[in-house]
Amino acid sequence: MTIKEIQEEIVDEFSMFDDWMQRYEYIIELGKSLPLIDEKYKTDENIIKGCQSKVWVHAEEQDGKVVFTADSDAILTKGIIAILIRAFSNQSPQAILDADTQFIDEIGLKEHLSPTRANGLVSMIKQIKMYALAFQAKQ
Amino acid sequence: MLDIQKIRADFPILNCTVNGKPLIYFDNGATSQKPQVVIDAISNYYKEINANIHRGVHTLSQLATDAYEVSRGKVQQHINAKHSHEVIFTSGTTQGINLVASSFTALIKAGDEIMVSALEHHSNIVPWQFLCERTGATLVVIPMNDKGELIMEEYDRLLSEKTKIVAVNHISNALGTINPIEEIIAKAHHVGAAVLIDGAQATPHLRPDVQALDCDFYVFSGHKICGPTGVGILYGKEAWLNQLPPYMGGGEMIKEVTFEKTTYADLPHKFEAGTPNIADGIALGTAIDYLNGIGFENIQKQEKELLAYATAKLLEIEGLKIYGTSENKTSVVSFNIEGIHPYDIGTIIDKLGVAVRTGHHCTQPIMNYFNIPGTVRASFSFYNTKEEIDIFVDSVKKAKTMLS
Repeated sequence: MTIKEIQEEIVDEFSMFDDWMQRYEYIIELGKSLPLIDEKYKTDENIIKGCQSKVWVHAEEQDGKVVFTADSDAILTKGIIAILIRAFSNQSPQAILDADTQFIDEIGLKEHLSPTRANGLVSMIKQIKMYALAFQAKQ
Repeated sequence: MLDIQKIRADFPILNCTVNGKPLIYFDNGATSQKPQVVIDAISNYYKEINANIHRGVHTLSQLATDAYEVSRGKVQQHINAKHSHEVIFTSGTTQGINLVASSFTALIKAGDEIMVSALEHHSNIVPWQFLCERTGATLVVIPMNDKGELIMEEYDRLLSEKTKIVAVNHISNALGTINPIEEIIAKAHHVGAAVLIDGAQATPHLRPDVQALDCDFYVFSGHKICGPTGVGILYGKEAWLNQLPPYMGGGEMIKEVTFEKTTYADLPHKFEAGTPNIADGIALGTAIDYLNGIGFENIQKQEKELLAYATAKLLEIEGLKIYGTSENKTSVVSFNIEGIHPYDIGTIIDKLGVAVRTGHHCTQPIMNYFNIPGTVRASFSFYNTKEEIDIFVDSVKKAKTMLS
């Protein structure tokens, strides 16, 4: 599936919920399914500091695709990372670089990706793109 | 007894809804809401008397200057300063501390000690670190205990002839602890140190008497006491303010300027370079009048009740731990629930209309002491109610259920 298709799938899933509480409960569930970063990469250098919640992200290249793992100390942040990773992981570096995060807005979580929100997610997206750029340069 | 509903009607924002729910504003420690009279004071200034002050001979300039100086006089009375020229307008507490720390540079030398406490906000740590870097002085820290109280025996031990400045807050922003500043000031003076009190969190709850306290400097912000953002006060004893060099150069702070030499204006203008924040300076006076109209005794009574009620209700929640448990504290409850990140709680209860602060509250050393990433902090003002606390506690319970 392309990033766009995965994003549409996620938007579809979220459209089933009528209120924010159900959405948030689903995000918390998703957080529990996040492909966790290997403990050895959970170093201080790999922390993306977002003032309040910490985010760790790691990337590896497998058969020309970028595979992401991550973690956070806050469960809501973790859930949103899980959504982002579902969309961006296992994709080519070029596809990751070309993709946007508009779908987060469509599922009603825009505020979590606001640059003024102190949760590390904005920096995480930047980091995801940086990884893609680095792998693209190597290819 | 305060008529809280009548008071609430003074604050337009308290009628707002957030995420479809009535706003419950428990982030008063970060900034207070503003009554209509303060909002009117700002707009009336621009509508009726806007002009630059201390300069013009024209009528508007005179009116604006008078209003600004009347406000200075209100602050003087409010904090019981001996002279109105001991009251310096600043942009806020942070600027006040930076001003003093910067102006002390010439008086500090290598080997001297600057003392702060474990309870300080970053803005009462970093400017002193700058001063230490400039001068080779050492930063010394008064430690705290598990209740979030300063350990006074340690203070006694750390104080010495080397101590040149003691800078502590009157009340801790993260934990609400009221520090024994009378004792701190008296003991510091005994070794010849100057004392700066950060009153940012105290002035919303009490009326400091700077002469009775005998502090050398007392700083606070307008926006935490129902006044506008961007204006604050530095009180300094006349002798100190005369001795310290100016912090910023510019207009208004000079007596005479030639390219060879500039002489400085008298107090308070020496420390007020440039066109000040006139509108907000005037409205700060209005805010002080408003608070005194309600009465600090009444404010304290209401806030004490809210604190006791909220503390008891929150402690009913299993796994909830309160940080800052001094008997001597203001209406702040800083807490965590076992296994749940404060950010998650803050996000969920925001959806339920409750505004609290989450995070380290610009006091990372306190969070490091407790080995936590941050806390949820609910800080109450006199315009808050027990009914709001009920909704808040229910929201926290709901968040806990969702997040566990």
